[in-house]
Amino acid sequence: MAQPEESAPQELRPAWSLPAGAAEGLALAVEWPGEVTRDWAWGGSTGKGVTVCILDSGVDEAHPLVGGVQRAVVASVGPDDEVIVEDDTEGDLCGHGTACAGIVRSLAPDCELVSVRVLGAGFTGSGGVLLAGLRWAVEQGFDVVNMSLSTTKKQFAGILHELTDKAYFQRTVLVASAHNMPVESYPWRFSSVISVGSHEEPDPLTFFYNPDPPVEFFARGVDVEVAWAGGARIRCTGNSFATPHMSGLCALVLGKHPELTPFQLKSVLFLTSTNVGGAR
Amino acid sequence: MSEDLKAAVAAGVVGSQESFRELLQSVVEVARAIFGAEASSIFLLDEQSDELVFEAIAGQGAEKLLGQRFPSSTGIAGWVLVTRQPLVIEDVTEDPRFAKDVAEQTGYVPKGLMAAPLLHDERALGVLEVLDRPQRSQFSLVEMDLLGLFANQAAIALDLLQRARRAESMLAESGEGAEVVARLAATVDSLEDEQRAAGLKLLGAVEEVLRRDEGG
Repeated sequence: MAQPEESAPQELRPAWSLPAGAAEGLALAVEWPGEVTRDWAWGGSTGKGVTVCILDSGVDEAHPLVGGVQRAVVASVGPDDEVIVEDDTEGDLCGHGTACAGIVRSLAPDCELVSVRVLGAGFTGSGGVLLAGLRWAVEQGFDVVNMSLSTTKKQFAGILHELTDKAYFQRTVLVASAHNMPVESYPWRFSSVISVGSHEEPDPLTFFYNPDPPVEFFARGVDVEVAWAGGARIRCTGNSFATPHMSGLCALVLGKHPELTPFQLKSVLFLTSTNVGGAR
Repeated sequence: MSEDLKAAVAAGVVGSQESFRELLQSVVEVARAIFGAEASSIFLLDEQSDELVFEAIAGQGAEKLLGQRFPSSTGIAGWVLVTRQPLVIEDVTEDPRFAKDVAEQTGYVPKGLMAAPLLHDERALGVLEVLDRPQRSQFSLVEMDLLGLFANQAAIALDLLQRARRAESMLAESGEGAEVVARLAATVDSLEDEQRAAGLKLLGAVEEVLRRDEGG
């Protein structure tokens, strides 16, 4: 990160303003084309160089559809509310995390996967563990964090909001499952994340922008063949399977354009959505 | 009014556990019928022991399974409870561990299952499962929405059941005096308007006499 020069006093350079003559310094790292197409967005990309974190039930890394994980950890909260993150050798306690990892891998075959397990220590305290896992993932600066989960506890909403904003400003893209039941839940409702619901089309690259938020995108989430614990392959339905489709797409785009901010990435996803410019 | 007496009055007017159990049972019966499924069940989260408990079952294995317990954050039901996300799986027997665990616990291994969290306000109370609905060419999101509607109904019933249990257990702990108050509250609550007004007036007079004695 660039350090401010000593000759430039802080008070003359307000942190959140653009001083006269500084506009040239705002040159974008990415050459933005006149028309953003899918080919420009991710043509030729395999997700190489991008790390996708799966915040879930663990990942069965030996599953052929997963193709290995770079690191697997389990998050918990200590007696003094401290976040504890340790290496995880339990694998997947449900199968869902493996499913998500497999979906991301199918779209972005060369990305790196990291598993953060936030399940298994009981329901009581699971909200705190979810937060702990997310906090750790954001601190690691992963490129994409897949969260096929949410909490309904209002007490966590404020902290989650801070965390998702922190991620957004440091270029960690959070992709979160929307809720399809009439309850308030987080963090998918926050505008700093990419929220995902399901559509019924069978094509993994078909995704729609929703002009009527809070759900922003619909991706494949019905009758999806996925990897599951124990080396299984099963067919599943739910927004939690649509979410890793968007995470995989994010990995593809970031593999080709690593400089994109979450705002720019979301704009690329909008412009390449099937119902916007996706056919081009 | 003391907490015990409040609970006693609540237990009197809220209704018995039995009526809410019947409501839960009716939810699983209807869910099973609407989806044409082999079975449907509701798991209640026991916060004390941090376990999921079979609370209502329609279909196979009902008598054997009621009251059975398992961990609250592992397996498919645990995932649904913790993440608050509904899930549909078509061929879960492909997962050998799932098949073995479930067979050991229940004696019945479903091929397909739908599971939704039971959410009431901020709380996750349990999980609704619908097992082995007929295989169709493709699952539809309309069915997912229907599952959500049933889950909502089940969550309300489960919330009422928990309230009734809490009130009844407080009542049981609080002794004979509170029980009398609970019976009285239930009786007054069941009266028609005119009788109810007269009953409340009479109770008001009793209260006044008691307070006088207290003061004297």
